[in-house]
Amino acid sequence: MTTTTAPATQLYQLFIKATPEQIWEAITSPEFTTKYFHGSYVDSTFEPGAPYNGYSTDRSQRWVEGEVLEADPPRRLQHTWRSLYDPQAAAEPHSRVTWEIEPQQDGTCLLTVVHDQLEDSPKTAESVSGTGWMTVLSGLKTLLETGQPLAG
Amino acid sequence: MRSVEDDDGVFKALADPTRRHLLDRLFERDGRTLTELESEVEMTRFGVMKHLRVLEEAGLVVTRRSGREKHHYLNPVPIRLIHDRWIDKYTELRVSTLAELKFRLEKTG
Repeated sequence: MTTTTAPATQLYQLFIKATPEQIWEAITSPEFTTKYFHGSYVDSTFEPGAPYNGYSTDRSQRWVEGEVLEADPPRRLQHTWRSLYDPQAAAEPHSRVTWEIEPQQDGTCLLTVVHDQLEDSPKTAESVSGTGWMTVLSGLKTLLETGQPLAG
Repeated sequence: MRSVEDDDGVFKALADPTRRHLLDRLFERDGRTLTELESEVEMTRFGVMKHLRVLEEAGLVVTRRSGREKHHYLNPVPIRLIHDRWIDKYTELRVSTLAELKFRLEKTG
């Protein structure tokens, strides 16, 4: 008998009324990420091999650390991920996050986020699943489509 | 092709017990192949494919290829967006109506 655990590969996909460049900027600039990514201040040069860090809004704490694996602006970004905001998750191995931005014919983009390689990181898998990534992505969509952060 | 405001597709996809069952199975264990999903329901392979197609068109299931296998992933975002757009709106109204009622009763009482 097993209890339901968060999956080791998590996929989130949504349409956003924005250009690939706007979405890329929203993913890679801290001015944007602090508004929708649980307040996280992203810091990276977004070049393969460069560190990928996410700090608290006031930059006093580091919440996430990883390394950029692939960057093909404004279409594809892949980086590793280790959650530091939880001591148990911080002790787990790195997982991987892939962002894919695909422009559609109607002027929108299909954004797909795959968080995988979570097989040996159940605590991380649980913390990012469900509302974790969904709050981020629904907030990103609202911010880009209305210019306003998601209320609440 | 799906479009941005295609809530109809999501509601229609969810309005079927077999499709909800398939989503629940993917919720339990994501990334299953058609063969794995087929063993979960009393239905022909063709029937399961048809239901998966409806779920895919609604954006609730996304398929990814890995080698020769096609894996099915649950995409929970459309349900979240419907929640944000519809459910929140009405529950908020209900709460503010009750707050208004409380205010009036206490004022006159």
